[in-house]
Amino acid sequence: MTKSELISLLSDRYTQLVAKDTELAVKTILDAMSHSLVSGERIEIRGFGSFGLNHRPPRLGRNPKTGEKVSVPEKYVPHFKAGKELRDRVDYPKSEPPAGN
Amino acid sequence: MTLTKAELSDLLFEKVGLNKREAKDLVDTFFEEIRTALEKGDSVKLSGFGNFQLRTKPQRPGRNPKTGEEIPITARRVVTFHASQKLKTLVEKRSVNAEPA
Repeated sequence: MTKSELISLLSDRYTQLVAKDTELAVKTILDAMSHSLVSGERIEIRGFGSFGLNHRPPRLGRNPKTGEKVSVPEKYVPHFKAGKELRDRVDYPKSEPPAGN
Repeated sequence: MTLTKAELSDLLFEKVGLNKREAKDLVDTFFEEIRTALEKGDSVKLSGFGNFQLRTKPQRPGRNPKTGEEIPITARRVVTFHASQKLKTLVEKRSVNAEPA
């Protein structure tokens, strides 16, 4: 599923909204999420998961072409951890029959 | 501060002009559609933000850390998130600016 497919699923469901607003809503959500991570702020969506930053310490790397040593500065990388509901729904069904599904 | 569904709903109210109930409902549906796609085995590609993909893991031997007893860790399907190059670059730049060497 792509962003535009997600937008059209939402447009089909929110027929009272004009398509432009649904598109703007999706962009607004994603921009807010990016912005939050860029400013070093976590994102927590219950039942979906949490996003945060992981620290990568500075290290001495090598240019694979020349073999020359280069220092790689420390950095932060985005990280996602799936929440319980998402984890359970994505995993294979348990051997017990699921309750009320 | 942490970004949550409540803040995302407020943004849709302020920036898109949805009413409070619509805003909350749309935020819920946004994450629910992503969960549903992943549950069906579909990967989700949100350009500019990142991709959610599924990874299947075979059964592997594990151990109960308390008792030392060997128990297999069952085969499972998990979600992984890969931030887009755009988001990674923004996050990286931010950390360089925030913490001068």
